[in-house]
Amino acid sequence: MVRKAASVRFVNVTKNYGAVAAVREISFTIEPGTLVTLLGPSGCGKTTTLRLIAGLEMPSAGQIFIADKEVSSLPATSRDVTMVFQSYALFPHMTVIENVAYGLKVSGVVKQQAIEKAEHGLKMVGLTGFGARLPSELSGGQQQRVAVARALVLEPSVLLFDEPLSNLDAKLRRRVRQDIRDLQSSLELTSVYVTHDQEEALAVSDRIIVMNDADIAQEGTPRQLYEEPADAFVADFIGDANLVDATIEELDGELAVVDIGGLRKKLPHRGLSPGGAKVALRPEAVQISAGQQDGGGGEVLQATYLGNHVEYIVGSPLGELFVVEHQVNNLIETGTRVTIDVAERGATLLPAK
Amino acid sequence: MIPRQSGLDRSIVMWLAMGWLGFAGLPWYAIEDGFWSFVWLADLFSDRDYAPGLIQALVHERPWLLPPALALLAPLAVWRRNRTDPLYARVLIASGVFGLAYSLAQGFAIGISGWEYAVFESAFGPFGQRQFGMGYGALLVCGASLFLLAQGLAARGAVNGDGFVVGAVSLIVALVAIFIFYPILQVLASAFQDNDYQFAPALFLVKLFSRDIWGLGCLGGRVACGIAWNSLLLGVLTGASTTALGLAFALLATRTGFKAKKLLRVMTVLPLITPPFVIGLAIILLFGVSGTLTQLMEWGLGITPSRYIYGLPGIWLAQTLAYTPIAFLVLIGVVEGVSPSLEEAAQTLRADGWRTFTTVSLPLMRPGIANAFLLGFIEALADFGNPLVLGAEYDVLSTGIFFAIVGAQHDQGRAAVLAIVLLCFTLTAFAMQRLWLGRKSYATVTGKGDTGIPVFLPPRLTWMVYGTALPWAGFTAVIYSMIMFGGFFEVWGLDHSLTLRHYADAFSVTVGPDGIYWKGAAWNSFGTTFMIAAIAAPLTASVGLLTAYVLVRQRFTGRDVFEFGTMLSFAIPGTVIGVSYILAFNVPPLELTGTGVILVICFIFRNMPVGVRAGVAAMSQLDKSLDEASLTLGANTVTTVRRVILPLLRPAIVAALVFSFVRAMTAISAVIFLVSAEYHMATAYIIGRVENGDYGLAISYASVLILVMIAAVLLVQLVVGERQLGRRRPPAGGQVAGASV
Repeated sequence: MVRKAASVRFVNVTKNYGAVAAVREISFTIEPGTLVTLLGPSGCGKTTTLRLIAGLEMPSAGQIFIADKEVSSLPATSRDVTMVFQSYALFPHMTVIENVAYGLKVSGVVKQQAIEKAEHGLKMVGLTGFGARLPSELSGGQQQRVAVARALVLEPSVLLFDEPLSNLDAKLRRRVRQDIRDLQSSLELTSVYVTHDQEEALAVSDRIIVMNDADIAQEGTPRQLYEEPADAFVADFIGDANLVDATIEELDGELAVVDIGGLRKKLPHRGLSPGGAKVALRPEAVQISAGQQDGGGGEVLQATYLGNHVEYIVGSPLGELFVVEHQVNNLIETGTRVTIDVAERGATLLPAK
Repeated sequence: MIPRQSGLDRSIVMWLAMGWLGFAGLPWYAIEDGFWSFVWLADLFSDRDYAPGLIQALVHERPWLLPPALALLAPLAVWRRNRTDPLYARVLIASGVFGLAYSLAQGFAIGISGWEYAVFESAFGPFGQRQFGMGYGALLVCGASLFLLAQGLAARGAVNGDGFVVGAVSLIVALVAIFIFYPILQVLASAFQDNDYQFAPALFLVKLFSRDIWGLGCLGGRVACGIAWNSLLLGVLTGASTTALGLAFALLATRTGFKAKKLLRVMTVLPLITPPFVIGLAIILLFGVSGTLTQLMEWGLGITPSRYIYGLPGIWLAQTLAYTPIAFLVLIGVVEGVSPSLEEAAQTLRADGWRTFTTVSLPLMRPGIANAFLLGFIEALADFGNPLVLGAEYDVLSTGIFFAIVGAQHDQGRAAVLAIVLLCFTLTAFAMQRLWLGRKSYATVTGKGDTGIPVFLPPRLTWMVYGTALPWAGFTAVIYSMIMFGGFFEVWGLDHSLTLRHYADAFSVTVGPDGIYWKGAAWNSFGTTFMIAAIAAPLTASVGLLTAYVLVRQRFTGRDVFEFGTMLSFAIPGTVIGVSYILAFNVPPLELTGTGVILVICFIFRNMPVGVRAGVAAMSQLDKSLDEASLTLGANTVTTVRRVILPLLRPAIVAALVFSFVRAMTAISAVIFLVSAEYHMATAYIIGRVENGDYGLAISYASVLILVMIAAVLLVQLVVGERQLGRRRPPAGGQVAGASV
């Protein structure tokens, strides 16, 4: 397979539907050969962004570049971009092989060659021998792989995935996302992937663009987003987080001395200055133990046993905290008074607002 | 895969070539000998009547035909320009607008006797030249201009810059404008003219408010009421009766343990294959002066036979018989649309069967019931055949229009005024149906499989439904057996000896020395009807489905207006279309009356909404991501339509073909104005026989017509419909998306 991965660049792109902006002045660059995920809640503009790359929507303003060529007003037909649809969009009246060969045929590839390439494509997704079937005769996972093969055989410079796993059951999802990731990195394809599932995003991406309310909230590697969320939205969206009020008392080099409901911790200051702030506490960073010290502490309001871990809701002066405890042997009963501590590794300072 | 972005598009080059072919290579004017005659080939350049526009202008002293050349030359100036260049779009739009506007303007300005309008005569002096209706050449030049305009608009970014879609929209808009709006405007215009074509607004008011339209004499005295009131009364009565009966049948089919539900489905096909007035004919055979029931009553009860059935009772009865199946069809969807889970919810909340029906089911159906009523109302007002056959002194608007044109009075102005009144009634009903009911639908089709089993009706209601629907079904069966077997009797009511005479009169064939001789009186009109319907059907289906595609799949400014315009022809009664076509297409530039072409065109635009609806329904079931998948895989819109959408629409295509064919065969209202000696249609012929009292021939012809249409429906379904789809199961739930998990 020829390698011709291309970059994708948005410059101040806006897309309006009437008075509503689906995407507002966003700019980003996707490096060749990487898999970038557009992540966000529904209605945040991630799917619109994907469709703008595909050419299924035209920007209201701004420019889109693929492989450094401007394609802003080029329709989908003329862009070297293919897409795996959420519904797979397999043509129900064509066999699997006809589906996979479709793009080749309409692009003028000789029939024999198109079939050969299509068969190679089916082999890549592990569906050799399924060519003569109709899509309706395949399972959901197989249909999904046909959709991937159909998009792959055109050797696009950019491959798009629109929530490709949302129609699969949970077990299958984990395997297929790994398959997609393996295929993408072995072919070094530039890929853009849309999902609302943060775990999926963390698992497959080189980089993640978190979107919120038609705008980009933060961009970075999965690790950066999890460990250094830019704001409360990102902290809350990527993984779970307890957002609590805190006070920065003084700065000490890279660190800040922070008062979190009476607990004094040293956290990276991330450019904040003394005064009010917020801290995002990961659920596993909140440590509770039965028995009460004087002052502070809290009470277990709810305990949920989930096999390999226990989830607690703890009432405290900081508010209700969501706590995950991987130590399942000493279950703390509801109503027990507990001592609360915070591990510095799972706490991140955020601007007060 | 990356297409050329600069230079003229292939499709533009093709349309330019077509334009030049039309301008320099084909006769500009219509050929007297008909659309398919090719006598002009020999004298193309020498004959004044046959020459193309260019030759007309240069050789035959018609210099005003030269300017269209500009529209066909100008686009060459942007030959090497980029499509995104503003000049490119501007030149194409300007060429298109100029070519179209100029060609039409000169056609309207200069007619058979020189200047058409006195204004020009006084401004430019008298004019010696004359010209006739437009022909192939003019048609191609206008067509090419239209598509240049469309390509220009697409280049400016209309509808995502898709030339095919802009072209399709432009084409449909142009066709609807020429063949629906222009004729209707002609009706309006001629309502304001006296019989010498002078502008006479006062006369219009006199005609509009005349006593014979709006008079209320029947309330007090013995004078007949105005025909507008007659029509309204008939519409309301028929609307109410068809809705009530339709609801009874719909409930019978879905909410009772009735066994023969399949049989009810058969009933829904009947109005489709029956020319409406045939019902009226059967009613005469039953209730007429020498009708079976009338004679029975004379024999049994001593009631003197009279013409009691003629007038309102007869028309109402015939229309109720004819249109109840339509109401049934609408209401069965409505009844099925009421989610069973809502009724189950009501029952768990302690409502009994009767209360559930009256407080939940019925209110939910209310918009649908109103819809069925309005449909029945429109159909009743538009119906022409039954009032003609059964009306006697009970005049209604649709027949009034006809008699104003063909009768002794020959008053075009009056016909136009009546047409306007009728149009106002039907359009009001149509607008109410679309705008008011459009938003009020409670139909609960969510796509999610709604669980629950339809609740059976409470016993009281079940008996009411049985008591209404079954006798009516029996009566319908009697009527249809009259139609199918009435033709085998010598003279109905007088001489009941069996005979094949009527069938022989209509359809006999003898083998003479010169081969087969089609001796029967019906062959001529039968052949014409079959041919015209066969030509019109694929065209109707194409226009309808193209419109449906644009409506369902594309978003563009003015889409709502576009939709309203295309569905409007449904609300225009056939008689109004008939009159308007006579008024609009009797003179150049579009001289079509007396040809077969006008019949074909009339059918296309009368039946277009049927194709549109079939297409919209089917296309809404196709997930849009199928189109998008095809586009991202490098196929353009045309390829996508051809290889993805059309194959998946096969059932809708079949439906549209059958519907438009059959409707063309059974139509009467518009057709009766447009038939000519050469192109006589079956329905018009049968009506003629009925008016002459020749019931035997009429009824035997009608029965053959019905059989032919049943055969056509079955055949097309067999040949086109099942072949492709038989290979696989129909997708569950009707949703043809890529995914099924």
